[in-house]
Amino acid sequence: MLPVKRMRYSYAMLVELGHFALILAFGIAIVQMIVPMVGAHRGNTAWMSLAEPAATVQFLLTGFAFAVLTWAFVTSDFSLQLVYLNSHTDKPMIYKITGVWGNHEGSMLLWMLILTLFGALAAWFGDGLPPRLRARVLAVQASIAVAFFAFVIFTSNPFLRLEVPPLNGRDLNPLLQDPGLAFHPPFLYLGYVGLSVSFSFAIAALIEGRVDAAWGRWVRPWTLAAWMFLTVGIALGSWWAYYELGWGGFWFWDPVENASFMPWLIAAALLHSAIVVEKREALKSWTILLAILAFGFSLLGAFIVRSGVLTSVHAFANDPERGMLILIILAIFLGGALTLFAFRAHAMEAKGVFSTVSRESALILNNILLAVSCFVVFIGTMWPLVADVLFDRTLSVGPPFFDAAFTPFMVGIAIALPLGSILAWKRGTLGRAAKPLAGWLILAVTLAALAYAIQSDNSALGPIGVALGVWVVGGAIADLWMRSGREGFADRIRRMGRLPRADWGKATAHIGMGVTIFGVAAMLAWEREDIRIANIGDRWEVGQFAFQLDDVRQLQGPNYLTTMADISVFRGDREFATLNPEKRFYPVANMPTTEAAISNGVLRDVYVVIGDPQEGGGFAVRVYIKPFANWIWGGAILMALGGCFSLSDRRLRIGAAAPKKAIVKAVPAE
Amino acid sequence: MKRITLILMLLSGPLWGVEPDEILDDPVLEERARDLSQGLRCPVCQNESIDESNATLARELRILLRERLVAGDTDEQAVDFIVARYGEFVLLRPDTSGANLILWIAAPTMLLIALGIGWTAIRRKKAPPAGLTDSEKAELEKILGA
Repeated sequence: MLPVKRMRYSYAMLVELGHFALILAFGIAIVQMIVPMVGAHRGNTAWMSLAEPAATVQFLLTGFAFAVLTWAFVTSDFSLQLVYLNSHTDKPMIYKITGVWGNHEGSMLLWMLILTLFGALAAWFGDGLPPRLRARVLAVQASIAVAFFAFVIFTSNPFLRLEVPPLNGRDLNPLLQDPGLAFHPPFLYLGYVGLSVSFSFAIAALIEGRVDAAWGRWVRPWTLAAWMFLTVGIALGSWWAYYELGWGGFWFWDPVENASFMPWLIAAALLHSAIVVEKREALKSWTILLAILAFGFSLLGAFIVRSGVLTSVHAFANDPERGMLILIILAIFLGGALTLFAFRAHAMEAKGVFSTVSRESALILNNILLAVSCFVVFIGTMWPLVADVLFDRTLSVGPPFFDAAFTPFMVGIAIALPLGSILAWKRGTLGRAAKPLAGWLILAVTLAALAYAIQSDNSALGPIGVALGVWVVGGAIADLWMRSGREGFADRIRRMGRLPRADWGKATAHIGMGVTIFGVAAMLAWEREDIRIANIGDRWEVGQFAFQLDDVRQLQGPNYLTTMADISVFRGDREFATLNPEKRFYPVANMPTTEAAISNGVLRDVYVVIGDPQEGGGFAVRVYIKPFANWIWGGAILMALGGCFSLSDRRLRIGAAAPKKAIVKAVPAE
Repeated sequence: MKRITLILMLLSGPLWGVEPDEILDDPVLEERARDLSQGLRCPVCQNESIDESNATLARELRILLRERLVAGDTDEQAVDFIVARYGEFVLLRPDTSGANLILWIAAPTMLLIALGIGWTAIRRKKAPPAGLTDSEKAELEKILGA
């Protein structure tokens, strides 16, 4: 008996050690916030050089605390209140682990882990930075960590114990027991928090009063990485909504979705404007402002999700008091940053000059459209709150508003993108830019006309989606093709392969954008829906498919009961799939969920949902044919992939991250 | 914690919406009903239209809406009928009355302002013309002429 007892004792200590590590990390963050900043001010090298080890230790301690919490979930330690509330011994192991962040406290700890990870990465990869700038960046980064450590420790402590440990837990919300949603938060946080590095760079630059091309090159990889993660995170969430919520919607313009979309839009603007800073030393103060706003919107997102001031389908862990604290953090950081900006922005003198028709101007247009589209999302999201407080009106702003107000901006961006991205820097001519695109324009219009002729109704949505998609994708291909010289076909292909990865990244991301635009329009325009009561043995047709309800069975899963239907799908006479939609019931959480059955295809998804048994016999069955659905997320993956290519470009690696050896080895280009 | 549980319960139900027995026989009326119900918010749900929600009230509203349409109401009359009972909260597309005008014109206004600022910035950044100014020309001619 004794060894067991001793083991339990030391394991109990583990949780306290994790708790202690978290508090220690808080203390270190405070030191890192103050000492290097003062050191940079006084020119004290020793004080400045404290930042790097501090950032490393801060990350290690937070990592330890996170590991301890994960351990508590894995071993189902119900003496921890958090584990008791969100876990259960029967839960599959993967969801025990992902359950760590399936709740407010745990997700805040994940947020801290990622925040300190980015702080540490900024320290490790900061070798190329001037020491003063580096010290300031890390100090600002630490100040963000201080605010959130305090928030976690004082309001959302994951390590609180229960006096009497219950025998079993209350289980994780079944909706969160799903691969799509399990990995949705980590990606989103990598995005949200990644933008904190761009923010720290912006503040450090404002304190220094200097922004140059090198600054643009340093800040870009961080923004790019954050944007990539946000892209993946948003896509995962949207994909999850598509297959889990039971009717194949993929975007609801819900406050919480908007909360992740706003920083995405601003980050997209930022990573474009940082190119102008890097290449042409223009748009400096604007880029700084975007870096501040991007993280500001991340904080706003945290506020929206965690405060519950805006009703949302996703609202989890609503708590006005916590919301208030996040609002205070938001006010301090955004207010402070904007004040600093107001005093210092004029010091950022632009060097580069450019003519009205130039890549610079095109990127300004890109920034205007992205920033104003973000403003649309912002005002639509906040309006119910504003109307309630200022005008005493209780109203809603839903999808019809956003569809009407937001879509024109995306159409505008899609139209301008191919032209703008091909224009020459400094001084371009529209005619020269338009020439290689003429063929694609003709193709886009032709295919749109074709789509219009084929489709069964007169809606313009589908054809417009086709035209924009072809135009944007074609523009990206034309851009690459133009850079491949003037020799023969084979030679041009070879040269395209040797183009810098940043060029490929740009083209891939833009192609992804085109693919997503097409996917969204095509699916919305051409989807088919069928709702009916079906008895076992019934056969019915939807579009070119026939469906047959073969059986409905009751089964038992690891921690749920399920009603599963067998539905055969035929095209013509050939059976090509058996789909098993389910209705699950999770007894511990006392919650039902729908599990749609989807036959994925490149050209269309067949989406089947089983509903309740009907009074007169039979089951409610819903069938959707969703054309090109996967293109929506495929496009998002391409966008993220484009970011990866760009991030791996030699120029960025050297500028931000490469060890000194690599620079010595580098051979002059061509 | 109770609140969290409540919220989870609310979002627990699959978004399911229209039940087979609600569907009208007349496909044109049904189409109108679907369009309208996508623009009406379920008053007791978190953030769902009555078309998506499986709450009892959403179902009742869907049926009510269809009854109005069958009775011969125009789209506008049918929606007004529901708004009169549940308030403008149910409109997912806010109207343009009063302060709501700000919401609707905010984006276009902001776009115009942004384009204005952008344009000014671009003009200011413009490279100085390659040729000589008039005074420089005069100066040059004076020198050459001399």
